Amino acid sequence: MALSVSDPTWFPIASSADLPLRHVYHGQLLGRELAVWRADDGNVNVWENRCLHRGVRLSIGVNEGAELKCQYHGWRYANRSAGCTYIPAHPADAPARRITNKTYPAVEAFGLVWSAGNEDVPFAPFPGADSGDWFALRPMPLNAPAEAVMAALLGYAFQPATALDAPAADMQAEPLPGFAVRLTAHAGAERQAAIFFVQPVDAARSVIRGLLDTTPADRLAVLRHHNERLDKLRTRLEREAARQPAPAPLQPSFDKVSVELSTMPEIAIPRGTTLNVVVKRKWTTADGIIGFELAGIDDNHLPTFQPGAHIDVHLPNGLIRQYSITNGPGELLSYVIGVKQENAGKGGSKVLAETVREGDVLAISEPRNNFPLRRDATRTVLLAGGIGITPLLSMARFLDKSSLPYELHYFVRSGEHVAFREQLDLLVGKVIIHTGLPPDAVGTTIATTLGAHSRAQHVYVCGPGPMLETVRNTAAGLGWPEEAVHFEYFKNDKVIDASSTFEVELARSAMTLQIPSGKTILEVMRDNGLIVPSSCEQGACGTCLTTVMEGEVDHQDVYLNESEKRSNTCMMTCVSRARSARLVLDI
Amino acid sequence: MTAIDKVTRDLWQVIAAIDETPPGIVQVTLLLDQQLAFTRDAALRPVVWRRNGEQIGDVVDFEAIGERLPVIEGYGYIWTSFGNPPAELFPIPEYAEADRKNMSCGSIGLHVSAPRAVENFLDMGHFPYVHTDILGAEPHTEVKEYDVEVSEERDEVLATRCRFFQPRAALSATEGQEVEYVYRVPHPFCSVLYKSCPEDDTRRDVIAIFLQPMTEERCRAHLLQSMVDSVSTITELRRFQQTIFGQDKPILENQYPKRLPLDPRSETPIRADKSAIAYRRWLSQKGITYGVIPQAG
Repeated sequence: MALSVSDPTWFPIASSADLPLRHVYHGQLLGRELAVWRADDGNVNVWENRCLHRGVRLSIGVNEGAELKCQYHGWRYANRSAGCTYIPAHPADAPARRITNKTYPAVEAFGLVWSAGNEDVPFAPFPGADSGDWFALRPMPLNAPAEAVMAALLGYAFQPATALDAPAADMQAEPLPGFAVRLTAHAGAERQAAIFFVQPVDAARSVIRGLLDTTPADRLAVLRHHNERLDKLRTRLEREAARQPAPAPLQPSFDKVSVELSTMPEIAIPRGTTLNVVVKRKWTTADGIIGFELAGIDDNHLPTFQPGAHIDVHLPNGLIRQYSITNGPGELLSYVIGVKQENAGKGGSKVLAETVREGDVLAISEPRNNFPLRRDATRTVLLAGGIGITPLLSMARFLDKSSLPYELHYFVRSGEHVAFREQLDLLVGKVIIHTGLPPDAVGTTIATTLGAHSRAQHVYVCGPGPMLETVRNTAAGLGWPEEAVHFEYFKNDKVIDASSTFEVELARSAMTLQIPSGKTILEVMRDNGLIVPSSCEQGACGTCLTTVMEGEVDHQDVYLNESEKRSNTCMMTCVSRARSARLVLDI
Repeated sequence: MTAIDKVTRDLWQVIAAIDETPPGIVQVTLLLDQQLAFTRDAALRPVVWRRNGEQIGDVVDFEAIGERLPVIEGYGYIWTSFGNPPAELFPIPEYAEADRKNMSCGSIGLHVSAPRAVENFLDMGHFPYVHTDILGAEPHTEVKEYDVEVSEERDEVLATRCRFFQPRAALSATEGQEVEYVYRVPHPFCSVLYKSCPEDDTRRDVIAIFLQPMTEERCRAHLLQSMVDSVSTITELRRFQQTIFGQDKPILENQYPKRLPLDPRSETPIRADKSAIAYRRWLSQKGITYGVIPQAG
């Protein structure tokens, strides 16, 4: 069996004991270097050992528990997805592009970590795996090709753990699929089975990893027994290998990054695809606020998000609504959102609160971030009002995990209105809850909290409109510059200026339309028989997002973030217009 | 042995500091996969030739030296070439200013290609992570917008208006400040930076890195400082620069692939990497293939 970089076989690549808290283990399989690390939630990550930015090994990076941080430029990659969540050189930007490191499949079982060069075959335990209480031996690395090691292992002899000093045991060998063998030792009435696996590190290097079928009483004596015998095997194999011509090293290649990632500037058109999620849990987290936990189908992890990000939820009644993700770093098995129960109106939230049940499947967008969190502040103030806690809870959890200085002020009407209290309680000493303050007291509390501005201080606010205005005015009065005050709109409260007149050329439809003042591009397109998707029609939901090929856009939406607007490559046809006399759209 | 492209062959290549080359005694080194021997003659002029069994420390028999390679002295270093080098080295006019402290700061072996080391020299984003509490410190990690151009007239990459917040930008600095840099790449394997001088805000300190490509994946970094600093001793200034470089070495040696990939799709650039992108394009356009992975097709 010749080694191949495209071999789909699962091999053990590390012992569970190689992954202690916050460590990154440097592994290798079939010539590929691997960065192997365990997150604080127990998940084992097996990634290509290379940061996509400048090729530095991630095995010298820092395991922060939920994210892996590259040593060179501090880029952060999320547990499970390996998606980049933060680029410190540009702290004000959300990484718009989906920068994702290469991952390999990983399973932890029997005291070993298993991986494969690709995902072509699912993990299947070795035959008879469920019959033992498996005990992992110490690995034995050696400079010999896997085939030669495999052949030699068929003749490996050892003593049962309960008969270490008995006369030499009788051995039986049964080769197993892949590079593995089951060996059974009989010494009188004592018997022990062991499985030995050969991990092909490269064409000329291997690691022997053994499992005993029982955990011995005297672990050290048994480990020493096998170490001594495997060491003799190693000496012999390495001597033989040195006499043979060395096999050519395996030549794994690095995948190329997408064209989108390789070009600058880094503006990606945020045309999200939707994915299905299942409502795993629905509960009342506070008076008038319902929590929803949305999990991936088939236990797959969800896409990488950044603190402050939101998802669009496609509702059963056809509406699309935005909800912030409350998750902490590296939590990608489900998104938790909070929905305000509105009593009046036909709002989307009412549909979610009243008709969607646990077990229902919903379509959501990939996460988008119009509310990026800078992590280069010496002080971060988070101000939440009511349901506005949701994005700030996520921010607080990211800052908390990285031990960055922050405080979270949460303004609520009463104690019963505090949502996600179990998560807030984990942010020890950082959360200040202000209950039942009259409006003017909210103002003075905000002023006291903010204080005078100094370098590298930032405030993030999410809450009802009046609170937002109070924070903006108070901050301005205290000398906080605009770029230090961050907020997000879910509703477009701006007055739309529809006074301009201009021409729109639809490149793919080969049509030229005149847009008069008082009418939107969307309306004129519809008047001319075009079917174009839209939802909120107030520049907040992103449904009518369109690629701009020529012309200068007069952005009036709240969906695109500042860098996306500056790129002049896309627009919302429901509210935005032209500054130039003519626009060319990809429709 | 790897083929050497014509551009690289015709360049001046640095091999050693002049004042570390004792006259009349053989020194040896490796340049572009080839063994060299060198020394200085009685007039203290450098002499470089292809090594033919000489050992380091041998007394030189000048009569026995066959073909001598071209030699030029510049910025305290000996430079040679395997081809037809230009008449002069690239200019660093500040070096001639009388009141500057000019010094070589050592030659440090690196298990990485020369272009990777140049790119690291141009990079500000790593300051808080690699030169923590000296050239940068978290949380001040932002690389602000700067300008890059390839000067056709001088055939060099030029990055200007580069600014970074530094806790201790130079030995003579006592508190944090936003430091302004200018970077030049006047030679495919050399770079010069100019940074605000803490002692005199009308002048700039100059630090240069000259890479000696030994193989495609190994080089030696020769450092030059030309400082306006009336207080620090040469030893202190050297030690500061060696500390900085000692921090870069382990990062550079963990970079893969070791040759600099010129295909834009091999790595993921961000706006802060504008100068590196310009440098990669410039190498590509020049036709440099030594120490790089050229773009296919």
